[in-house]
Amino acid sequence: MKFGVVVFPGSNCDQDAINLFGNVLGQKVVPLWHKDHDLQGCDFIVLPGGFSYGDYLRSGAIARFSPIMKEVIDFANKGGYLMGICNGFQVLGEAGLVPGALLHNDNRKFICKNVYLKTQTQNSLITAQVDLDKALKIPIAHGEGKYYADADTLKMVNDNDQVLFRYCDENGNITAESNPNGSLENIAGVCNKNRNVFGMMPHPERASDSILANQDGLALFESILQAVL
Amino acid sequence: MEHLELTTVETAKDLGLLPEEFEKIKEILGRTPNFNELSIFAVMWSEHCSYKNSIVWLKTLPKEGARMLAKAGEENAGLVDIGDGLACCFKIESHNHPSALEPYQGAATGVGGINRDIFTMGARPVAQLNSLRFGDINLDRTKWLVKGVVKGIGDYGNAFGIPTVGGEVFFDESFNVNPLVNAMSAGIVKVGETVSATSYGVGNPVYIVGSATGKDGIHGAAFASKDITEDSVNDLPSVQVGDPFQEKLLLEATLEVIQSGAVVGMQDMGAAGIICSNSEMSAKGEHGMRIDLDKVPTRQENMKPWEILLSESQERMLIVVEKGKEAIVEAIFDKWDLNCAIIGEVTDTKRLHYYMHGTLVADVPAEDLVLGGGAPVYHREYREPAYMAEHNAFKIEDIKQPENLKEVADHLISHPNIASKRWVYNQYDSMVGTLNMTTNRPSDAGVVDVRGTDKALALTVDCNSRYVYANPEEGCAIAVAEAARNIVCAGGEPVAITNCLNFGNPYIPEVYWQFVSAIKGMSKACTKFETPVTGGNVSFYNQSSDEGPVFPTPTIGMLGVLDNKKTLTTIDFKNAGDAIYLIGESQNDIAASQYLASYHKVDKYPAPYFNLDKEYDMHQAIKGLIKEELVASVHDVADGGLFIALFESAMHNGLGFEIESDDTIRKDAFLFGEAQGRVVVSVKPEQQEAFVEFMSTNEVEFSLLGTVTESNEMIIDEESFGKVPAVKQVYDNVLHGYLGE
Repeated sequence: MKFGVVVFPGSNCDQDAINLFGNVLGQKVVPLWHKDHDLQGCDFIVLPGGFSYGDYLRSGAIARFSPIMKEVIDFANKGGYLMGICNGFQVLGEAGLVPGALLHNDNRKFICKNVYLKTQTQNSLITAQVDLDKALKIPIAHGEGKYYADADTLKMVNDNDQVLFRYCDENGNITAESNPNGSLENIAGVCNKNRNVFGMMPHPERASDSILANQDGLALFESILQAVL
Repeated sequence: MEHLELTTVETAKDLGLLPEEFEKIKEILGRTPNFNELSIFAVMWSEHCSYKNSIVWLKTLPKEGARMLAKAGEENAGLVDIGDGLACCFKIESHNHPSALEPYQGAATGVGGINRDIFTMGARPVAQLNSLRFGDINLDRTKWLVKGVVKGIGDYGNAFGIPTVGGEVFFDESFNVNPLVNAMSAGIVKVGETVSATSYGVGNPVYIVGSATGKDGIHGAAFASKDITEDSVNDLPSVQVGDPFQEKLLLEATLEVIQSGAVVGMQDMGAAGIICSNSEMSAKGEHGMRIDLDKVPTRQENMKPWEILLSESQERMLIVVEKGKEAIVEAIFDKWDLNCAIIGEVTDTKRLHYYMHGTLVADVPAEDLVLGGGAPVYHREYREPAYMAEHNAFKIEDIKQPENLKEVADHLISHPNIASKRWVYNQYDSMVGTLNMTTNRPSDAGVVDVRGTDKALALTVDCNSRYVYANPEEGCAIAVAEAARNIVCAGGEPVAITNCLNFGNPYIPEVYWQFVSAIKGMSKACTKFETPVTGGNVSFYNQSSDEGPVFPTPTIGMLGVLDNKKTLTTIDFKNAGDAIYLIGESQNDIAASQYLASYHKVDKYPAPYFNLDKEYDMHQAIKGLIKEELVASVHDVADGGLFIALFESAMHNGLGFEIESDDTIRKDAFLFGEAQGRVVVSVKPEQQEAFVEFMSTNEVEFSLLGTVTESNEMIIDEESFGKVPAVKQVYDNVLHGYLGE
């Protein structure tokens, strides 16, 4: 399986994703430069975290217009696997590839810390092997991560089993206290209706290497590898 | 240049120069300078750029060491060999004055500036730290400063994408007007692939790259070289504005252009902008430059020559490129969508010739502008302050031991200087880069993986300003010792330091005495720990007209190396039943402690107990214990004393402890005194014998305190000091109580 990590100007988690796929998981991985139009035959595209184009307008608002995004959107519309992490999720939202939007955190501050996630469904490529009872310890690092959708969209997302993760406490209870940013219904990650595009604010790539003393995120990536190999 | 107006001594004084300095400039030029030239000298001879009032003493610091690849002052940052063909480039710098006026931009551009110092040498930053001092947290001004500074550091560092792995925050009313904002960065580079801040090769083109030049930050270096008064608001244009997105692009483009082999020399544009880079690079390379200022991309129209020369607009680099390789350089900056303009060329004149639309507007010799060249050097008068006699008259017997020591414990837990700083650090991205090994391993230092090797870096910033106020020489030696102790407790070997010397007005003999004494203490301790000084910066004039100088604060940023990253050691108690030992000696001492200062509200005290030789020996014992894997946790005793150290070790895994005090010393001193040279370790029961045997092979004092317990209670001499989760709940939320969610 060949992974491609898009590098926007201002991306800063691109190398972390490349390190994960290449060095930790031993997969083929290439960076995809934002000015290019070639996806280099990748099977799985990642939009990494960071501050694409500085995020001075609205997070992800400009990145979705960058040259490579035309190919990325075509790829996703044809059923190709696409995952947005943090800023990548914001770009997916701006591009309309996943339902909902990401607003400023309730406390109006950037928040970086470990949080816990409860996986909501195994009916997706990235959660197929994840234990639904386990509270995964995965860090967040964002200023605009409050998941928001209008009532109809929210209903659709729930009805179609599109919620992948919700914030929970360390025992797996989905509570108001465990919601770090004010996300509606504690939603931390969703997929599109066709279940080939995944967006999440937490950073599983920051919780997958033993050097970091937390490998709870590995379950997501192992799901991807096991499903395909 | 005849048509340009000549200057007078009054103008020189307005620009911050002394009359005798104006005379010296006339002598150097052989004529009266025009305004452009006078501005150049004023900024280059400002305290900030010339170190004119500090260099005499800075030269006495120990700089030699087997690992040193660049001596202090030679390059933009210190460069230290860490083995495996790699070097660590690191430095700390202050941005105090801008932050006092405009905390958000002041702090943000401090982060930007220190990172540019690292990547201008070719190193990729891997970790950042910061050391902050604020006034009384109850004041609205302090809250405004804290919020602005923390958001500024966060917004810049987070977008730039380098993790913040450590830091310190300290509140004291001496910082009410002047906060201290010290930012540190560390990067990794292959040995032999660094770039120097130099310029040579007649005809080589000189490029300016990155952001366009605006009117921000003009005379910023001069501004940083005077006291803060009510008129300081007029200096607002001296504060620069940061753009971390440009900085991120500049980082990637800069490292790429260095790899291309086209670069002769490079320096970032920091204090004093283009003129500083031009003169320092030219002086070092023993060449000159001809610069056409009208070719500099500007943000505003009709900028004057001196404005372009002195602008401190951020995110800019000056690069001297090998002639014929222009296309390579321009393609790289085009790829990253950054400005890249040739503004002149290298000459053999050793002078800097500035032209505007073909007219010569300034002609100055490079060498005479710079530190180590013609910049003035002053020996300042210094005198021990009268307050030292009062400090030294302190006797513990005059302080009555409180009846209720649990109340003291509660007071300390609730004090902003002791309580958790998570309100601050949760706003910093501490994990980007996936190299921070201490996110999930609480440790006395930040430990950063050196990918592809067995090694890791250990980083810490330390200075207890109160100790330095109490006794500058001892207090500064303690700052070095504490930094080394933190590195050692984390499993590393102390290697080198960078320093950020924050003091008041150097023209006041008592203030200068604090500075001189601190340098002596630093020399003594750095020599003992074999941690040479690789550079840093001096920030004088941290004082206001009405409140006097800040607590003297020589912040120590220390680099350590873990040759094997598996020796990383954490502070948390692991298992009930493990024995708790104190390494080092309890003392009947409460001097300069947080307890004495805030509980008893005493403000005259000597530095806490400190014995440099014993401290060093204790570090060797800790290193041995870690190497032999005889300890389950290691945590140094620092602010708040032994009680706080025990609580911090207990709070991570929901455990408690039961200990007995030493009845030969006062119990308040035992629990809350801040005598130096002490470390708390926990030892598995089955290893106790080997532990005791190891400790008996050296002279270092140690004593059994008690045990780690399953119950999450803190029990001292059979008295409960509270349950850890409840106390932690308080400890975690103290700053939120003052600053809001």
